[in-house]
Amino acid sequence: MTEPLMTLTGVGKSFAGTDALADISLEIEPGKVLCLLGDNGAGKSTLIKILSGYHAPTTGTIEVDGKQVVFSSPRDASAAGIATVHQYGGTFPLMSVGRSFFVGAEPTKGWGPLKYFDKATANKVAIRELKSLGITRINDGNRLVGGMSGGERQSLAIARAVYFGARLLILDEPTAALGVKEAAHVLKIIMQARQKGIAVVFVTHNVLHAMTVGDRFAVLIHGRKADDFMKGERTREQITDLMAGGEAMAELEAEIAQYESQA
Amino acid sequence: MSIDLSTATLKAMPSPPPEAKESPFQRMTRRPEMGALAGTVLVFVFFSIVGGQNFLSIGGASAWLNVASELLIIAIPVGLLMIAGELDLSVGSVLAASSMTLAIISGYLGLPMIIGFVAALGIGALAGLVNGIITARTNVPSFVVTLGMNFGLAGITLGLSRAITGTTSVPITVDPVFKNLFGSLVGGQFEVAIFWAIAVALVIAWVLQMTPWGNWVFAIGGDKDSARATGIPVPRVKITLFVLSGLGAAFVGVIQTCMYNSAQTTNGQSFVFNSIIAVVIGGVLLTGGYGSVIGMVLGAITFAIVNQGIYYTGWSSDWASFILGALLLAAVLMNNTFRRLALSSGPKKTSGKKA
Ligand SMILES: Nc1ncnc2c1ncn2[C@@H]1O[C@H](COP(=O)(O)OP(=O)(O)OP(=O)(O)O)[C@@H](O)[C@H]1O
Ligand SMILES: [Mg+2]
Repeated sequence: MTEPLMTLTGVGKSFAGTDALADISLEIEPGKVLCLLGDNGAGKSTLIKILSGYHAPTTGTIEVDGKQVVFSSPRDASAAGIATVHQYGGTFPLMSVGRSFFVGAEPTKGWGPLKYFDKATANKVAIRELKSLGITRINDGNRLVGGMSGGERQSLAIARAVYFGARLLILDEPTAALGVKEAAHVLKIIMQARQKGIAVVFVTHNVLHAMTVGDRFAVLIHGRKADDFMKGERTREQITDLMAGGEAMAELEAEIAQYESQA
Repeated sequence: MSIDLSTATLKAMPSPPPEAKESPFQRMTRRPEMGALAGTVLVFVFFSIVGGQNFLSIGGASAWLNVASELLIIAIPVGLLMIAGELDLSVGSVLAASSMTLAIISGYLGLPMIIGFVAALGIGALAGLVNGIITARTNVPSFVVTLGMNFGLAGITLGLSRAITGTTSVPITVDPVFKNLFGSLVGGQFEVAIFWAIAVALVIAWVLQMTPWGNWVFAIGGDKDSARATGIPVPRVKITLFVLSGLGAAFVGVIQTCMYNSAQTTNGQSFVFNSIIAVVIGGVLLTGGYGSVIGMVLGAITFAIVNQGIYYTGWSSDWASFILGALLLAAVLMNNTFRRLALSSGPKKTSGKKA
């Protein structure tokens, strides 16, 4: 087993007294995809925000490369190589592809007070990186990001993270709003990142998507880790039941069956 | 069942064909600034016809150029703030406070002009700093913070000038250097402010379009949280923008004081809304994240042409307000349409147009 990139031990988070997250222990390994599953409100986004430095955990510790760290801002986390892509790509819809790709890390040309933002290079690199992820439709870095499809925007955000040397890529429901083909494309990009040795945390509601790319799985229920297993250790039905809290799903299915028999 | 990623499906998945590259001209036609340009041309032609020779004379041109210039020096930093997603409604009182400061220090108290000048700009920077710090550190919308500043600062200005000078209007003898630099007329009609406005426009346009810092302004207005996540120092950029806005208003305060050799506590309130009108007509989105200096320049010129052109028509100036209101509404609708188009996915929108 490889050395984990990040280790969470007993991590919890409470907001004004209520526990959104409690006692989460996880290991995130380079070159592996960890799927974070759970129903609405289970605490997935809260956990991600802790990983990416938005929230400080109330309890527990985080280690990166075996050393304990405290992120006091998203900046600290990105300095440690942690890149987070939020649901809508975390990109800037009204900015051009080239501009948004380099926000916060703009390439410059020239010297002293005449140093200027080298947009030609920014456009060229952004388009090249998109191409390397199989996005060939966009070939003009001056295009607005808002004019790209959901999958293309996710790809742009992932391309950006990979380009800037992310070691851990956190994706919050990257396939949720996408059609079948685009979702498959994003899953393929996740596999590409994995192959480069990047650790991926993949949040999703979609068990099928998770099973397609996941090496390891963690299921959250009401802020607690309900299960934690490796690829191939559970069936799709078992995972679905677990996510929904088991019995509730069985009841619902029984009800649906009733309607079907009436029809 | 699982999605087969490794081979067949994805290879077989046809990637949409590359889009044809747009020429710079095509790209330009889809920018809201084109609407602003159309507006400027429209009002110019309109008043040329209705206002006739007098509007087109040197005097007519200087009238709207003078108004546009003072407006621009305030509107450009206000527009930058709007691109970053914030408003500044305090420019009116900042202008008044600055001009009273200059007139009291260098007129009433008789201290050297330079002291009054630095103090006047300092008041503007300070007001901007306070606006910026409150907005950046609390979650109170800048709309409320700067509205509060506009009232609060008006009160302080009025109170202090009454207490110190016993009046609300203070005369000043402007020394020749300052008169030439800020308050003179070139060719007898053109305010020297025109040159200041051009300088401000050029510098800010460069900063906005050509520097990393300018890119941050767009990013902050586009999505504050994502901007923060990329490591941009969001509070510092916002505070700087508020300070710039305060400085712009204070500078026009200095210009007007040097121009008219006096300051009134009530000066400047018209700039609060006029600057916003100019900026919005110029294609800056009220929701932030998009805009340009060239658009703001066009917006201010459009405003000034309507505002001054009306005097050449023989109609009541009420109609200028009506025209500006209609233009503002049209601009907002157009900007919204632009925003909607820009935010809708590309393939369907563009594929039909160019193949
Ligand atoms: N800033 C906050 N303040 C108070 N409560 C919060 C905050 N953020 C999240 N919570 C609460 O924490 C719980 C977990 O929320 P979280 O967003 O992490 O769920 P999730 O698993 O991401 O759900 P979804 O699938 O709907 O995105 C919820 O009950 C939510 O109301
Ligand atoms: Mg969530």
